[in-house]
Amino acid sequence: MTRSFRTGEGGRIDRSKPIGFTFDGKTYAGFAGDTLASALLANGVRLVARSFKYHRPRGIFSAGAEEPNALVRVGDGARALPNTRATQVELYEGLAAYSQNNWPSLRFDAGAAANLFSRLLPAGFYYKTFMRPKRMWQWYERRIRRAAGMGRAPDAPDPDLYDKRHAHCDVLIVGGGPAGLSAALAAGQTGARVILADEQSEFGGTLLGETGKLGGASAADWAADAVAELSAMPEVRLLPRATVFGYYDHNHLGIAERVADHLPAPTAGTPRQRLWKVRAKQVVLAAGSHERPLVFADNDRPGIMLAGAARSYLNRYGVRAGSRVLIFTNNDSAYPLAVDLAAAGGDVAAVVDLRPAASQHPAAWRMDELKIEVLRGYAVAGTKGRLRLKSATVMALNADGNEVAGGAREIACDAIAMSGGWSPAVHLFSQSRGALEYDEVLAAFVPGRAVQATRSAGACNGSFDLHRCFLEGFDAGKAAAADAGFTAEDEQRPLPAATQAKPGPVRMINPVPSIRPVGQGPKHFVDFQNDVTAADIGLAAREGYASVEHTKRYTTTGMGTDQGKTSSLNALGLLADQLALAIPDVGATTFRPPYTPVTFGALAGRDIGELYAPLRRTPMQRWHEDAGAAFEDVGQWKRPFYYPRRSETKEQAVRREVLAVRNSVGILDASTLGKIDIKGPDAAALLDWIYTNDWARLGVGRCRYGVMCREDGMVLDDGVTARLGEEHFLMHTTSGNAERVSAWLEEWLQTEWPAMRARCTVVTEHYATVAVAGPNARRLLAALAAGIDLGIDMGNAAFPHMSVREGVVAGIPARVFRVSYTGELSYEINVKARHGLTLWRALLTAGERFGVMPFGTEAMHVLRAEKGYIMVGQETDGTVTPLDLGMERAISTRKDFLGKRSLSRADMTKPDRKQLVGLLTEDPDDVLPEGAHIVAEQPGKPPLQAQGHVTSSYYSPTLGRSIALALLRGGRGQLGRQVFVPREDCGSSAATVVDPAFYDPKGVRLHG
Amino acid sequence: MLRIPCPFCGPRDESEFAYGGEAHIARPENSWTLSDGDWADYVFMRTNPKGRHAERWRHSHGCGRWFNALRDTATHEIVATYRIGEPTPTGRR
Ligand SMILES: [Zn+2]
Repeated sequence: MTRSFRTGEGGRIDRSKPIGFTFDGKTYAGFAGDTLASALLANGVRLVARSFKYHRPRGIFSAGAEEPNALVRVGDGARALPNTRATQVELYEGLAAYSQNNWPSLRFDAGAAANLFSRLLPAGFYYKTFMRPKRMWQWYERRIRRAAGMGRAPDAPDPDLYDKRHAHCDVLIVGGGPAGLSAALAAGQTGARVILADEQSEFGGTLLGETGKLGGASAADWAADAVAELSAMPEVRLLPRATVFGYYDHNHLGIAERVADHLPAPTAGTPRQRLWKVRAKQVVLAAGSHERPLVFADNDRPGIMLAGAARSYLNRYGVRAGSRVLIFTNNDSAYPLAVDLAAAGGDVAAVVDLRPAASQHPAAWRMDELKIEVLRGYAVAGTKGRLRLKSATVMALNADGNEVAGGAREIACDAIAMSGGWSPAVHLFSQSRGALEYDEVLAAFVPGRAVQATRSAGACNGSFDLHRCFLEGFDAGKAAAADAGFTAEDEQRPLPAATQAKPGPVRMINPVPSIRPVGQGPKHFVDFQNDVTAADIGLAAREGYASVEHTKRYTTTGMGTDQGKTSSLNALGLLADQLALAIPDVGATTFRPPYTPVTFGALAGRDIGELYAPLRRTPMQRWHEDAGAAFEDVGQWKRPFYYPRRSETKEQAVRREVLAVRNSVGILDASTLGKIDIKGPDAAALLDWIYTNDWARLGVGRCRYGVMCREDGMVLDDGVTARLGEEHFLMHTTSGNAERVSAWLEEWLQTEWPAMRARCTVVTEHYATVAVAGPNARRLLAALAAGIDLGIDMGNAAFPHMSVREGVVAGIPARVFRVSYTGELSYEINVKARHGLTLWRALLTAGERFGVMPFGTEAMHVLRAEKGYIMVGQETDGTVTPLDLGMERAISTRKDFLGKRSLSRADMTKPDRKQLVGLLTEDPDDVLPEGAHIVAEQPGKPPLQAQGHVTSSYYSPTLGRSIALALLRGGRGQLGRQVFVPREDCGSSAATVVDPAFYDPKGVRLHG
Repeated sequence: MLRIPCPFCGPRDESEFAYGGEAHIARPENSWTLSDGDWADYVFMRTNPKGRHAERWRHSHGCGRWFNALRDTATHEIVATYRIGEPTPTGRR
């Protein structure tokens, strides 16, 4: 049985509440207040993960968000969450966690063979080895990814609810440690609206692991008092378990709140996580700092962790990092750990300090008294122990610190607590585009000039001294509130008197020397998550990577879930040494959101499934659904695609619908057609600018087809517009395009022609539209009139093609347009939307004797393609002009219009532009794939020069053969020529270039 | 996400707005007298300054009105917003 590393007393865990959990299927016990990491450590579990590239055994490294090693999957099935930091997982009863990146098991990982061949896996290895031949990269990549293993995504939909919330505040404070709490107290007492967010379950930050007294009280008690005081302030909102992950423009910040991740499952009605989008007038960053590892030989064995983390586990969780702990440091901050360990009855093997001079930290003065050996000017030159640390090799350094000198001493230990100095958590400040400055004394980047309304306080500002943390925090909170317009009438300063020494200097020795040169033998890890070593960075520099951004990508330093929180400065120091530059001259990489990974659930929130996007339905939708229609998405609309009967295939249904329209009559729900009502004395003048053809002389009651262009001459939209009155038009746009066209009209009306008297209103939803098409269309309308006067003379002369009349259809006031998109005699009937279903049913009933058939969008497309009518978005793609479509006759010569000048640019008049043509395949049953390329010659060896592409392609039931529309280089000059369409199966289809109007090119039928 | 003061509605999130490119580009009159190059300048060429930029925005998910904004492209500061037809303000807000 493994021994317990739990202390006899102390810590902020609740020893009266034991909690059972499993790791890799094995059962363990922890206490309420534990993290998964602290509970594993307490149970003596040292090996928790295999590293990414070499599959090296790894243990818990930190106690917070910066954890690079201990990534686990938490939970099973649909609730499983991969790549979770064990250091941030709160323990709950029944929690099941699993290690990742190993096969078949954590202890016997087959991938560890990679470590044996690691000399063959230098930086950039993948790029160098697998990029040739180029086409093999995808094959390799899949296998490399599988070998590397980055956690497994759950294979079922997430059952939990995720929420989003928008909030405004005067002061947002990031981090609830000493500086953040002080800032909140200062800002809160002014009455400002304050949000205080902290990523942990409990506010207090480092105070929760502090043993020193603050003005008589324990540090944690002071934090609790501060939280109680803040809770009583009505304008202060406390957000625990909330990570501020992104700092965006204009003080807009994103917060991921883990509402129920600490529970086995969310309680009913509560979300698992909530995404906050906060707009803050002022921001105070009090995000703390991250300790850096020391880069020494074999510094990654399970049992080697950050000194601050070891202290946090001891004081906050009552867990010893090991039974015999060696402390290895280059600065003062590790000495209090030695004192605390000794006080807790732990065994400190020694303190190895890279600095030859004695530390002036008060804790260091107590080493003799506590009988702890301090080795000054010494280094850990190597470590032993496969699945857990067994000993460290300690050697003296020479005066320059660049080589080991003297005899090696083997010190038995099962933990090394290391400190390579501290890096302020400047991530959010950098995200806000604030400039970073390098501080030589701290050997770290600190916030420089701010760009947004933000302040940094405490450790994230480079102030590691507790006393300064309180003061800076308070001042920042007060100043932020003042800038937001709030001051306290009677200021209280409830700050404790903290006495703490100013930290002494940091001695950067990077990498720490060992017996063998770097790159030979043991590894000096810099980035633990990505398995990047000091040797890799040296190699990158020798290969010419001088930019820190390039080196980052080449070696993968600073990537992954931890984004280099513990590694970036060490990597930078190594690169700077190699390039013989100072660190600030090499520069830091820019930090980007998110600070820690955010789940897709939180980002998606409730915008999933039916709520993913708005859905638009026509008034006849219910009927279509009841009729068993297959639907097609058109913009936000669901349109009936076709109406299959019993065992019909799509092809059979479409054929039946098309032939019904050609031979008798069909009806189409065309309510989705965009409709814009245009009124005003200058309405016709507006249309003259927007459309390529002439509108001024269009008679009232007449309709005209129009094409509109952007200023570059490319087709924007098309449709039929009717003149309802002298100053009143109804414009039809492509389905789903009314908003875009309306915005286009508004843009010109508001910005270029503000004096023009015309008003545009989108009225698409006001009307239901039914298209009645086919040789029996007129008879069907007449049948509807039985007993009720249509009020319209339906005669061909009285109501000709391209005209509009108002009357009564099926007893409903209606506007009837005689227009056609099918090439048949056709009417489009507009009634008020609420009458749409009545009209639809009336048409079906009255049409029974003609065998009337509802038809869907696919039949409509076939019908229009048979006529060679274009569809915007199908025949056009933003590079097609009206001239390319053969619409010369619709281009007015008498006026200017938007895009006209572009049509005479040299490039637009080239004879070899792609032009609209029809294609007839040699084999009439061969339906070309849409999007297929067209070549001039029988395809031989690639490369082939593409001459154009197929834009629409169908089997035409009317013609009993396949037809296609295409854009072909110089197409209209090639009528009758043969072209070829290479097919996926290596063959090709021969086709003849023809006029696009396949059916009734003279338009006899629509005038019938 | 920017926070843009609509001259008609007040400050709103950027997601309510549509961007309309550089402001104060008048459509040339007598476009047919322009050379291909001059016309292409009007259609395609835009200034791309680092710093203050007068540009058009539309409060498309609000009042629907177009207006102009003076924005610093380096800091994203909206120095001023003003109505169509008004001159570009020079002073700071
Ligand atoms: Zn507005």
